[in-house]
Amino acid sequence: MNEVVNKEPGQPDVAKRRWGNLLVWIVPAVAALIGLSLVVHTWLSQGPEINVTFKTATGLEAGKTRVKYKDLTVGSVRSLKLSNDGSHVTVGIALIKTELDFTRKDARFWVVRPRISLAGISGIDTLVSGAYIAVDTGKSEDTAKNFQGLEQAPNVISGTPGRSFNLHADDLGSLDIGSPIYYRRIEVGHVASFALEPDGKAVRLQLFIDAPYDRFVTMDTRFWNASGIDVSLGAEGLKLKTQSIAAVLGGGLAFGAPEGPNAAVNAPVAPSEMLFKLARDQPTAMAPPDGPALPIQLRFDQPLRGLSIGAPVEFSGVNVGNVTTMELDYDDNRGRFPTIVGLVVYPERLGRVLKKINSKYTGDMNQRAALFLQSLVEKGMRARAKSANLITGQMYISFDAVRDTPRVAFNPSLRPLEVPTVSSGVDQIQEKVSNIVAKVEKIPLDDIGRNLNSTLSNLDKTVKQVRTTTLPQVDATLRSVHSAADQVDTKVLPEATQAMQQARETLGAAKSVVAEDAPLQQNLNQTLQELQRTARSLRTLTDLLGRQPEALIRGRAKSETSTPPFKTPESKP
Amino acid sequence: MSDTGAARAHELGVIGCHVCGIVCDDVLDEHPLAGCPRCGSSLHRRRPDSLRRSAAYLIAAFILYIPANLFPVMYTTFLGSGFASTILGGIIDFWNSGSYGIALVIFVASILVPSVKFAIMGMLLLTSWRGSDWARPQRTRLYRLVEMVGYWSFLDVLVVAIVSSLVEFDALSETQPRVGIVFFGAVVILTMLSAMSFDARLIWDDKHE
Repeated sequence: MNEVVNKEPGQPDVAKRRWGNLLVWIVPAVAALIGLSLVVHTWLSQGPEINVTFKTATGLEAGKTRVKYKDLTVGSVRSLKLSNDGSHVTVGIALIKTELDFTRKDARFWVVRPRISLAGISGIDTLVSGAYIAVDTGKSEDTAKNFQGLEQAPNVISGTPGRSFNLHADDLGSLDIGSPIYYRRIEVGHVASFALEPDGKAVRLQLFIDAPYDRFVTMDTRFWNASGIDVSLGAEGLKLKTQSIAAVLGGGLAFGAPEGPNAAVNAPVAPSEMLFKLARDQPTAMAPPDGPALPIQLRFDQPLRGLSIGAPVEFSGVNVGNVTTMELDYDDNRGRFPTIVGLVVYPERLGRVLKKINSKYTGDMNQRAALFLQSLVEKGMRARAKSANLITGQMYISFDAVRDTPRVAFNPSLRPLEVPTVSSGVDQIQEKVSNIVAKVEKIPLDDIGRNLNSTLSNLDKTVKQVRTTTLPQVDATLRSVHSAADQVDTKVLPEATQAMQQARETLGAAKSVVAEDAPLQQNLNQTLQELQRTARSLRTLTDLLGRQPEALIRGRAKSETSTPPFKTPESKP
Repeated sequence: MSDTGAARAHELGVIGCHVCGIVCDDVLDEHPLAGCPRCGSSLHRRRPDSLRRSAAYLIAAFILYIPANLFPVMYTTFLGSGFASTILGGIIDFWNSGSYGIALVIFVASILVPSVKFAIMGMLLLTSWRGSDWARPQRTRLYRLVEMVGYWSFLDVLVVAIVSSLVEFDALSETQPRVGIVFFGAVVILTMLSAMSFDARLIWDDKHE
């Protein structure tokens, strides 16, 4: 230190260097620029904030759950709030600003969770990554801020080419969302959603048919349930019909148009959202439409074991309806328990018959049917429970003409119509057999046997008597008969022969008299002809006298000369 | 005004080189761009533009500190579900999951230290600019603290860098750095530059300088 102080300080180099002192301010300027650009970017990419309500928040997490459209993140869940009444959860979603508007009024939001069904596995990625909210943009021009989230995936994402239709089914069966729909065994669509009808009596399915195939859904199309295995034992042997294994296991639908003479040619393509009816199976689907049903009530006196609900109702061999209800009634007067059977009959199934009924009777369908049935009942038509299968004892109802049946009053204004019944053929046979058995039982076999016994012993005695006393007499008699016969041989026979010869001669003479060319015959003929002529002239005379009684006195009038006995059209003057 | 009463360089008419430390005549009044006779570096009585530069860096750091905290620093994918975490979010997550130690360390390194640095540097710059003679030795000590502790803020950047490179199990789990950490690194560097640019001797200079 001291050395330095003692020494002279060095002379600095003098150089000309000039740098802008303001250069350093570039750094904060750049930082500010970056910050500002970030703010602007964030501001610009900030999408709208919306609220979606769901029933539960299963799998949803504020700040983590994404909102995705076609697997692309378009937003995230900001907040989860319970509604005031605790019935649902409001999910606050911050959307990223995109070209696509997800705030359209008909935009749909649903939570994608893993779903495993026979038709397939979906949302498997959410199994580990957690649920996310999927969104489908709508078409509406209006936007909204609050949405009602779907509890189930809609399955039809807007923009998918194709059309949707509605289906009315009695029950869901084994169908589920995503169940395939087949057209000629080609998978052409799927079940998009299902819901109970408001009255809870049926299920409404929404179907989606993919684009090139949707034009095959025509006004004439029928839908049927293609799930399950159809085994039928017919004249051609055992038949097994199935759709694909997936459909067998997971359920599915098929559609098609009926073919054959009744098929509509070039049926127009069905409009979107058209409502179809789901048939149980293909034959049912292809059958002509049933039309309105006609309820009919039957009252059977005999028990109807083997008749079940749904049993067919046949009219002249045609299935026209089925049994819907079976109730037991009590008849106090007779102390019997008749069965009241309710049927529905589809008059449309009668085809041509219906047309004739319609042209013959007037009034509404029920009225016409009542009048028609009345005429049939008067002619002896009765309902019978017949055995369809003797082994299983299943029965069906048949309307048949029954001969020699007592007249029954038919009330055409009763609703439902009540058709008189008779017991079935088998029952009748049973009744007859039982009658015979009862009669057989009434036969006093014991008495008969006893009588027979005594008779036989008497007979025995008689036989013995005959052998001891009568036989020797008979023997003697026979011997005398023998001798008489000998006498006949020798004396009577030659005389008889003679008499026969004389008789033959007499007959020959008679024959010559009666022969055709015999004079007697000729004379007789002539006499008869003469008589005929006489009769004719007599008739002419009576005719003449009938017209001109005065001819008897005055003689025949001039103009009457050519009047023939009969007035014929040709002989009119 | 010095506490020790010793002469100051400009009183003796000499100047020390910043780089090699040689002391030579102060000729800056005649030749403002004089260089060191030994190493050739520019000679200055004080670091040139010290306050201005330091302030510029500090302001830049402060601006970037905002996005550094707002943007996620790390994106973790675990079994397909990814989530981004900001610094503060990460600390809260650790705290909530019971890792108080780690939460504390990250809090100190990422929130407390930068904040304290901003405060200290801002205070030093302000007092030096005004030539205040308030608590000069303590302020000097604070400056040394800032210099020393400065690079520890890189802990966060380091954590993200290491985790990103280590946790890489494809589908199972994956960690990616996010833009926030870049800002945070820039903040740390800029605060360090700010501290470096600051000439501690300015603490001892009076207002008239």
